[in-house]
Amino acid sequence: MEPSIPASAAPPTLQVRNLQTSFFTRAGVVKAVNDVSFNVGRGKVLGLVGESGSGKTVTGFSIMRLVDEPGRITGGEILFGGRDLVKASEEEMRDLRGNRIAMIFQDPMMTLNPVLRIDTQMIETMQAHRRISHEDARQRARDTLGMVGIPSPDERLKAYPHQFSGGMRQRVAIAIALLHEPELIVADEPTTALDVTIQGQILAEVQKLAANTGTSIIWITHDLSVVAGLADDIAVMYAGRIAEYGSVADVLDHPLHPYTVGLLGSVPSRNRRGEPLRQIPGMTPSLLSLPPGCPFQNRCPRSADVCRQDPPMAEIMPAHEARCFRPHLEKAEVAA
Amino acid sequence: MSATIEKPAVPAQAAGEKMIEVVGVSRRFSKKLDIAGKILAKLGAPIREEVVHAVDKVDLTIRKGEVVGLVGESGCGKSTLGRMVAGILPPSDGTILWKGKDRTGMGGKEARAAMLQAQMIFQDPMSSLNPRLKVAEIIGEAPLVHGLTSRAELARYVDEQMRRAGLDPAFKARYPHQFSGGQRQRIGIARALAVQPEFLVCDESVAALDVSIQAQILNLFMALRRELNLTYLFISHDLGVVEHLSDRVVIMYLGRVVEEAPTETVFARANHPYTQSLLAAVPRIEARKKAFATVKGEIPSPLNPPSGCHFHPRCPHAFDRCRVEIPALQEVAPGHKSRCHLNDLPNHGGQPV
Repeated sequence: MEPSIPASAAPPTLQVRNLQTSFFTRAGVVKAVNDVSFNVGRGKVLGLVGESGSGKTVTGFSIMRLVDEPGRITGGEILFGGRDLVKASEEEMRDLRGNRIAMIFQDPMMTLNPVLRIDTQMIETMQAHRRISHEDARQRARDTLGMVGIPSPDERLKAYPHQFSGGMRQRVAIAIALLHEPELIVADEPTTALDVTIQGQILAEVQKLAANTGTSIIWITHDLSVVAGLADDIAVMYAGRIAEYGSVADVLDHPLHPYTVGLLGSVPSRNRRGEPLRQIPGMTPSLLSLPPGCPFQNRCPRSADVCRQDPPMAEIMPAHEARCFRPHLEKAEVAA
Repeated sequence: MSATIEKPAVPAQAAGEKMIEVVGVSRRFSKKLDIAGKILAKLGAPIREEVVHAVDKVDLTIRKGEVVGLVGESGCGKSTLGRMVAGILPPSDGTILWKGKDRTGMGGKEARAAMLQAQMIFQDPMSSLNPRLKVAEIIGEAPLVHGLTSRAELARYVDEQMRRAGLDPAFKARYPHQFSGGQRQRIGIARALAVQPEFLVCDESVAALDVSIQAQILNLFMALRRELNLTYLFISHDLGVVEHLSDRVVIMYLGRVVEEAPTETVFARANHPYTQSLLAAVPRIEARKKAFATVKGEIPSPLNPPSGCHFHPRCPHAFDRCRVEIPALQEVAPGHKSRCHLNDLPNHGGQPV
């Protein structure tokens, strides 16, 4: 994906190959993640973008192997550190989670235990994965809190989660994710619930992190403008599939898939003030009743007969893939 | 606090008559002491009622046909101000004039008419729609009670409201849970429009929606504005949305208005350091691998706001005066008001810092 890395360089931190995760509900089988493939290189940030129900969160949960019944990974590979996580045992996963792969949730209280002090939780996390003295663990916890920008970390270690503001709580959750210097962090909408100025602070910390520690990050979000400034690559998901995948510049400046074009068009700042926004008609289809072929065909301004067949993921431009029979190739058309 | 400055300087759309005039309005919320607290306080313990100044002496004028965007982060009082303007929350101090008349002094019939004229659309449609009522009942109840339609005409009236909000009237026998988020927001809009209001307060009405659905609802708001000559107070934390929709923008920080100007001015020449940092922090889709701008510090607790200018602990330009004296909201250019001591410095001249 990244031209600056020669082909012979080390393999990417994470390779997801044809991942399929389905939910077996009474109403039918929901293919929440359907044939999804992407790579995340060392120290790189992948923005996984999509609207509600597009499968972006389930993709993140699948990588962590946290998909609950009635959901199940039904196919594909998740290659991480030389092994396939799809086939890993529960013990192996427990050893990896929080240690070499960490997750940050939208709501930090998913990570934090409300009745334990921050130091207890952080030290426990460390001692769960390695032999480390209480004092050293405490030291490391303090340093990590300082690293994510929490003022006076020594005092804050003794606080309970409810004594923190929303933004600070998210920082604590990020600090816990960082304790073991994981190779991969899956971040699921971690700044969505935060105010703009606080979001800016957290994004700045995350950027520094990826650059300084070589941690790879999958940043799951519905907000294209957040990943525009943060990510190296973007994968746009729609109805359980990746619609478009490429570098940030390629995807945002020269989008191929009509859905990406539509998404970019509906962002208010991209439209002339006061004029109607270029909206995508209709709404996201239910995954239970997808039309045969391209799931976007009913909302797509470019759809044709051929779209009733399943479009394959294809490298339409160099290192820029889309799942579309009739991609936007004319630059002028998109630039408008 | 200075009285509202009436300026003809605000461009074109301000020519209309005054719809809403908010004069020196404050709203305080206090946590009453429980019985143990009261006894302890009687015995001389240093316990007092905690008071939040959610809105602190705000002046605001909205003219007919205008869209005013109200922007701020959590706890800045924007929703509280919106509720007071919509008439569903009484202010602690100050007056709110509806077309030049104080709503509190109105008689029954007049007051009811004024209440109907101002409607509110909320952020979460699910919590503002009765889950046990069918859509037709949700939309039709108020106009029937207020005599805007007759029982015989009701079905046709409801159909018309639904169509106007972009809903298929065939769905009117359904319940709110059978709709998607965007459609539910349309039900909320249809319900508000059903009583033929002139003024809508939209409190984060598109915040919970996906981008593509958000665009649809924003387009609906703009179409309705043209069609029905509506006036809006549009409350949002999303500057992109506010920029797109509003004629004028008001920015609040911890209960006070810190800046007020026509939309182009705010986005091109923001005066207040808070507005500037807010604009710098907004993620932009044009940005590539940029270093995110950071405002230092957190939003202080409104229970115990900083002295002087509320923004001084986070402000990169704060000096001694900011810590002690509350700056006044003063005009820095025609139609452009800002609450910052920097504007009094001789070499500053009201230019952005």
